[in-house]
Amino acid sequence: MNQECCASNRPVMMLTCSGASNVGQLSNHAAVELTRDGFGKMFCLAGIGGHLDGFVQSAKDVPQMVAIDGCDTGCAKATLEHAEVPLKNYIVLTELGIEKTHDFDLKREELERVKEAVKGVCFENSPLIPVVDQDSVNCCT
Amino acid sequence: MEIKVLGPGCPKCQQTEKIVNEVVAETGVDAQVEKVTDVMEIAKSGVFMTPAVMVDGEVKSVGKIPPKDDIRGWIEK
Repeated sequence: MNQECCASNRPVMMLTCSGASNVGQLSNHAAVELTRDGFGKMFCLAGIGGHLDGFVQSAKDVPQMVAIDGCDTGCAKATLEHAEVPLKNYIVLTELGIEKTHDFDLKREELERVKEAVKGVCFENSPLIPVVDQDSVNCCT
Repeated sequence: MEIKVLGPGCPKCQQTEKIVNEVVAETGVDAQVEKVTDVMEIAKSGVFMTPAVMVDGEVKSVGKIPPKDDIRGWIEK
C-alpha cells in the first residue's frame, strides 16, 4: 500500500449495493473498474450497514461520495439512511434503462453506461474531481 | 482515556496530533495520546481517509483536522 501523503486529492467514495442481480453486480463491477481507473475508491457498504464506527464516520466526513443502487428497491440508499449518512450523489441503474435480470453475464456496453453515469453525476456536482492512486492512503483533504 | 490520531505522517496529521495534545492539556483530562502511523493498523479501523481521531476505540473524525471544540466535546463527556 502506498503511504504517500498530502497529495491534495479528494477521492470519490463509491458505495454500491452489489446485490444479487445483474444490476447489483453491475454496480459492483463499475466501482471496481472506476477504482482501477483512478476515478475514485470503492468503499465497504457492509461496514456501514454493520454500523462500524470507522466506516460510518468516514462516509459522513468524506467530501465526495456516490451511492449506486442496482434497482429502485434502494438497498444502498436505505443502508446510508439507517446509519444517518447524508446521501450526496446517487444513481439507480434501472433508471439508466438497464433491465433487472438474474443473468450474471454482465454486458460490457451496460457496464460502460454505468461508469459514465457515475462520473457524470459526480462531475455535475463537483467538476474538479482528481484522479487518485488506487493504493494510496488518502489524507490531507 | 485513550486517544489515537491516525495518519501516516502528513502535515495535517501532525497538526491534528498537535491540537489534540493542546486540548488534552487545556482540559486537564487524564488521557494518553498515541500517534498511529502503521498503514495496516489504520486500515483495520475502517477509515477512508486520514487524519482520523479515535477516542476510547471509537472513530470520531475522518479526513480532516477537527475543530478544538469538537475534540473538547469528545473528551469531556
